Amino acid sequence: MMKRDECLKALARRRKDEVVVAVYTAAQEWIHISPSELNFTFVGAMGQGSSHALGLALGRPDRRVVVLDGDGSLLMNLGSLVTIANAAPKNFIHCVCENGTYETNGAVAIPNRGKVSFAGLARGAGYPKTYEFAALDEWERALDGGLLKEDGPILVDLKMEPGEKYPEDFRRLYNVEYRDAFKQTLAKA
Amino acid sequence: MENAIKAPDIIREVKRAGIRFIVALPDRVTSERLLKPMLADPDFRVVQVCKEDEGMSICSGLYAAGQRALLLIQYTGLLDSLNAMRGVAIECKSPICFMVGLLGKEPGVPPKQAKRYGIRVVEPVLDAMQIEHELIETESDSTKIVPAIERAYERLAPVVMMIGREPAR
Repeated sequence: MMKRDECLKALARRRKDEVVVAVYTAAQEWIHISPSELNFTFVGAMGQGSSHALGLALGRPDRRVVVLDGDGSLLMNLGSLVTIANAAPKNFIHCVCENGTYETNGAVAIPNRGKVSFAGLARGAGYPKTYEFAALDEWERALDGGLLKEDGPILVDLKMEPGEKYPEDFRRLYNVEYRDAFKQTLAKA
Repeated sequence: MENAIKAPDIIREVKRAGIRFIVALPDRVTSERLLKPMLADPDFRVVQVCKEDEGMSICSGLYAAGQRALLLIQYTGLLDSLNAMRGVAIECKSPICFMVGLLGKEPGVPPKQAKRYGIRVVEPVLDAMQIEHELIETESDSTKIVPAIERAYERLAPVVMMIGREPAR
């Protein structure tokens, strides 16, 4: 099982100009680990990260879009897997931060924890490629092997547990001025 | 009673408003004469969704990517997605433009006076959420479409265009 911050740091070290859509605890940590105006965290309601990312990927097919979704979040919007598979954006990498809990809401376990296969759900929905990583070195090897450049949509199930704690910054996550800055930065990119 | 709005006029106005992405779930009021022609129209990219709330978020993402989109759904889906309307459209200031079929509304009858409870409550719910709305039902209503969409982008707020009956050919 990977520590979440180590898993995110591995991604951050290989990040170039990707748009990253992040939700909840992963978002709180990602904005410290990989600060950028191309971090999109303004998803409005639980479960909506993957759908915002699809809009970004379709609107800017020249940019790669990485989603740091949650397992509880994805369970709230499972239909998005079918929608994404059908839209088939080649620039879309859907990472699921699987910690097995609704961590932001009291760390209560998700339904059927440990028995749900997010990669299996994605394959069943029509994702052409899926991966599962529970070990940091395997995740890093896949990143070094060019996973971020592969044709999407890809689902990457990252099995993790909480690591180092980072300060919460709800203003950075949800204030619309940052969304507008994101929009302007993306328009120039 | 004034003639029903023509579907080609709606499509023309949607294009005139600069919309190229249609995000949609089928609705009996609009499927035959709006959604199916849009699916066949090379000027549009249609994204079919499984649920209306994800449609709002796709439109919001498209806006952040500099694109204009229209969300084509049924009123039942609108009512089902009020939390996404709150969070994605209003609190995130996303100019999401809806076309919402009022399935079962009697032609010529104002939505608040429809026989169906679900239709009668649509406008009061939108009013309570301070969401702009327009009824698009008759030929003269086609002139409302471009201004409604432009206002949404100026105000960074959602607008709901209610399709009051099946458009004519």
